[in-house]
Amino acid sequence: MLTLEDCTRMSLLEVDRINTLYGDSHVLFDVSIRVEEGEVVALLGRNGAGKTTTLRSIMGVLAPQSGQIRLDGKPIAGLPPSAIANLGVQLVPEERAIFGGLTVEENLRIAALTAPNAWSFERIYAMFPRLKERRRSLGRTLSGGEQQMLAIARALIRDARIILLDEPFEGLAPLIVRDLVTVARNLAAEGRTMIVVEQNVTAALSFAHRVYGLNNGHVVFEGTSADLDANPDLARDFLGIAA
Amino acid sequence: MPSWPALISQAFNGLALGSLLALVSSGLTIILGTLGVLNFAHGALFAVGAYAAFVMLQYTHSFVLTVVVGCGFMLALGVLLERTIIRLFYNRPHEDQILVTYGIGIVLVECVRAIFGGNAQRVPTPSWGQGATQLGFLIYPTYRLQLIAIVAMLLLSLYLVLYRTSMGLVVRAGIENPGMVGILGINLRRTFLLVFAIGVVAVGLAGMLYAPVVAVTPDMGANFMAQSFVVIVLGGLGSFPGAVIGGLIAGEIISLTSAFNSSYSEVMLYALMALLLVLRPQGLFGSEGRV
Repeated sequence: MLTLEDCTRMSLLEVDRINTLYGDSHVLFDVSIRVEEGEVVALLGRNGAGKTTTLRSIMGVLAPQSGQIRLDGKPIAGLPPSAIANLGVQLVPEERAIFGGLTVEENLRIAALTAPNAWSFERIYAMFPRLKERRRSLGRTLSGGEQQMLAIARALIRDARIILLDEPFEGLAPLIVRDLVTVARNLAAEGRTMIVVEQNVTAALSFAHRVYGLNNGHVVFEGTSADLDANPDLARDFLGIAA
Repeated sequence: MPSWPALISQAFNGLALGSLLALVSSGLTIILGTLGVLNFAHGALFAVGAYAAFVMLQYTHSFVLTVVVGCGFMLALGVLLERTIIRLFYNRPHEDQILVTYGIGIVLVECVRAIFGGNAQRVPTPSWGQGATQLGFLIYPTYRLQLIAIVAMLLLSLYLVLYRTSMGLVVRAGIENPGMVGILGINLRRTFLLVFAIGVVAVGLAGMLYAPVVAVTPDMGANFMAQSFVVIVLGGLGSFPGAVIGGLIAGEIISLTSAFNSSYSEVMLYALMALLLVLRPQGLFGSEGRV
């Protein structure tokens, strides 16, 4: 039985039946996702399922052809990425996109430039001591793990309301993945809202509250990680996960 | 084989020419790197700067005042061009951008020709730069020495703007990855106007400072622009240090080659560019990727 309160309650982020094209190819078909305040949602699926495109659509890097995206109930689809970022959405892209010619601290400084509630460098450095050691190093000299820390730190220093993590553990050594998973878990425990796209399902499920499964641009599954365990066929057939 | 004093004198000429090329190319390269627009009106703006000096000197009789007023004029011209024309072309193909800036260049040069005629004008050397200076081993025109020092200071100020201010931070990041700058909440379009205006002031200043050394004609910028294209390819597209080092290298190559045979000086410059493109296609300070 739905109460009136349930119907009117707004999710922090609401992706409502979006269709997104990448060039000429139709990538997302009526994709709908809801993320509540303080929730961590994992997007799972095979390569090319549309996970990255979903994140890029939310960030405004790609504009959906139809459908709507709402943040606090206000439509944001079609706004440029800079405007969406200033509403508190922050993409940490798959390729990390660290500015190689800027130092670690300059990368943080430029991220904080337009954030009204920017964190102090000290707060970031307390969380990532390694970045403090390397704060004068150019971005291009960082290791993959350090680049990923910096990419996440750039989202945190902006005090983003919702962080979109695209394959944060990809191509990193197991030890570094373990450290980053700890960081992600702590953020989740502090109530930081996140959407995570990850091939490493075990790592993603270790801090995600809820899961959406994508296949060929369609949402084929929605539920908790326990629900996913109860559906091994679905996990195997649509998401490419050996559960 | 030319004599040693002649060679050293040419090396100084190369430094003077090279520093000017560095200033012209810095403007060209930051506009290209940030806005993604190759500004074919750059040579015309160099000539406009020189004519601005020619006109202002007749009113002010002070070279310093001329340069200050001239910079204000170039700034206004840069803002006007960006607001009315250039900004309409950011989302258009590169061919359109080249055509429109080339067109702006033709209009500017022909306006200059219509007002001042095609004959060469002379801009006198400032009173504090007359005569020659005894350097011990060499007697060298004073103004050219001052020119090198002035341009060095201008390049240093440009360096400070690019590497010590928030705007410079945005410009450098924008040259590398404009998409990510947007994702971090910065509207790069607002920076475009400033960068374009700074580039126009830089090339106009180069024209003003060079005016006392050469004959001022409407087409004086054409050669300079072609050479500065080579400079930014040498230095790496969008790289400020590349434009400075590339400018100095180009200046020295042109000047030193002409000490032997002046008809080969440009040939040597293009030969060096061809060689570098084979060995290091991204240029001396360039990174692979963008542009």
